[in-house]
Amino acid sequence: MAAATGVRASGGATPSLRHRLAERGIDRHLWLLLPGVAFILLLFVYPFLYGLQLSFRPLKGGGVFANYKTFFSDSYLRDTIWITLKLGVPAAVLNVAASIPIAYTMRRWRRGRRTLTALLVVPITLGTVLTAEGLLNYVGPAGWFNKVLRNLHLVKDSVPLLHNYWGVFLSLVITGFPFAFLLISAYLSGIDPVLERAASTLGAGGWQRFRHVTFPLLAPGVAITFCLSFVLAFSVFPSAQLVGNPAGSTHVISIAAYHAALEQYDYPLGSAIAMVMAAVMLVIIGIVLLWRNTLYKGSSGGKG
Amino acid sequence: MAANKKGKIVQGERFAELRLEQVSRSFAGHVALDRLDLTISSGEFVALLGPSGCGKSTALNCLAGLLPLTGGSIWLDSKRIDTIPPEKRGFGMVFQNYALFPHMSVRRNIAFGLKMRKTPKAEATRRVDEAIKLVQLQEHAHKLPGQLSGGQQQRVAIARAIVFEPSIVAMDEPLSNLDAKLRLEMRTEIRRLHQSLGLTTVYVTHDQEEALSLADRLVLLRDGVVQQIGTPEEVYTQPKNRYVAGFMGYRNMLEFAVERELNGQAVLNGPGVHVAGVVRDNLVGGRAIAAIRPEDLVVGTVGENQLSVVVEVVEYHGREQSVQGRLGDGESVFFRTDKRLAPGDQVMLSVPTERVLLFSTEAAAAPAELVT
Repeated sequence: MAAATGVRASGGATPSLRHRLAERGIDRHLWLLLPGVAFILLLFVYPFLYGLQLSFRPLKGGGVFANYKTFFSDSYLRDTIWITLKLGVPAAVLNVAASIPIAYTMRRWRRGRRTLTALLVVPITLGTVLTAEGLLNYVGPAGWFNKVLRNLHLVKDSVPLLHNYWGVFLSLVITGFPFAFLLISAYLSGIDPVLERAASTLGAGGWQRFRHVTFPLLAPGVAITFCLSFVLAFSVFPSAQLVGNPAGSTHVISIAAYHAALEQYDYPLGSAIAMVMAAVMLVIIGIVLLWRNTLYKGSSGGKG
Repeated sequence: MAANKKGKIVQGERFAELRLEQVSRSFAGHVALDRLDLTISSGEFVALLGPSGCGKSTALNCLAGLLPLTGGSIWLDSKRIDTIPPEKRGFGMVFQNYALFPHMSVRRNIAFGLKMRKTPKAEATRRVDEAIKLVQLQEHAHKLPGQLSGGQQQRVAIARAIVFEPSIVAMDEPLSNLDAKLRLEMRTEIRRLHQSLGLTTVYVTHDQEEALSLADRLVLLRDGVVQQIGTPEEVYTQPKNRYVAGFMGYRNMLEFAVERELNGQAVLNGPGVHVAGVVRDNLVGGRAIAAIRPEDLVVGTVGENQLSVVVEVVEYHGREQSVQGRLGDGESVFFRTDKRLAPGDQVMLSVPTERVLLFSTEAAAAPAELVT
């Protein structure tokens, strides 16, 4: 027995090793991963690690954690966490929550679906700056929105929707909603519609079908969509500057980092703020993914 | 038919008969189902049979309320039900691809219909237990559908459709996704369930063997139009037209000249052929089609009916062989024999007169008239 294996090993060590590797999915095709891995290493891992070590080397001395101490002891800086969360979480929740019923209703549409989808995608392609500019014109004191309200005598002066919390919130919804909608639509299209038909023959009305069949199957996708929408909203920057109140109510965390790094030229402090930002995002995403782990995540095709 | 003889689970909404009147359904101008008239009595097992695209699934979906009708009406005794949404109709449905809820255990899948009806918990538990026992899935009750085999999944689907005591169970090709062995097992299972529970069942299939073995009555459809409604025996032995005959296993459709017609029988002649058969149609134009099952043809000169063929292809099937031969006029003839034949052999075939059905050569136009 031992002799036999010995002979085989010496006779063809190379092919047998190759076969053993191939069994684990290791073969030459893995080289195709190289560009992607290089991209991630060079453009994400390296800058991140560089920033991380930089954040522990404060310009003015005071120990390894001086930058973090500065951030958490200065209420103006510390509060950026809450300001950003107060913007990002409701915006992400609204975007996801609004996407679900709209995508769900549109699933049954045959005509007009493409047009509406295209229309909804436009804000993504425009980018935040153009959206902010549009907001300035549309909801500003001299914009159509307030003109109409004034002419209808619903307001005396104008509704303040710019250069405050609501300006940024609106911008986050306008740019974030299409994104959430597209993701939710994609997740919905993966659920076999025959399941709802089966549920209806079992006595489930429209709401029950959604509540017991479609939503549980959609929930893992909702979790992912929320995470991505939240990350998008939490890193809000241009609109906080353009349609917000960047020194006050919309002094978001990315503005703080920008201010430290590129206006005060304190790169290490800027890096520290960026690290805090990353940590907050990871905590929120971690919580959502923990919830997602409790859900059914298998196939949602008809065959089960 | 006495329903619910031993019925423990099914005592649902009692009714005497389900009537489909002139039920029609079109899709963008294409008529998928054309004026279907059908009365199903309580406890009956009716199979809708036909090739794909014949309208059988459309009919079932209309019945279950998953497709609105474009014409006609459906009645449960004196109650019109075709405008009632599927969730209020209370019909159980078994889907071709099972349509089990993948995120629910077997038990929760089966309990779904009871939950929707807000059945008291104790009773729901008892009924789900009974249903699980009925389809013999006790050991799998806590598994997810994805962990079950196709046959087990289909048993869950059946249990789920019958546990809430539906007045009617609709089955849409429930066995077509299973392999041959499982299909036979499940067929017996469905028959057993029907016999023990007396469920009124409407069963859609393209497999005539399945329909013959399961149903009390068959409805043969073609291009949305009913061809024949009758018991399995009627449809099998007395097909109304050429199309039904072809679908029910009369594989040989041979066209010959009519020599004479008398007392419901006729004699046909062709090159090397002399066949008498039973007239099932108006024979016009001096020619007729003789429909003969391959298994009714025997090798040898028995009786008066004789067909002279040259053997072309021989398939070995174990106990017997399936042979394709050619007549003098070039038409193919299929028959079975336990004799050893080889391609090129010249053989004489015989067939009893009562096993030969004669149809008009213009039968293709007939179906529409046959409905009335």
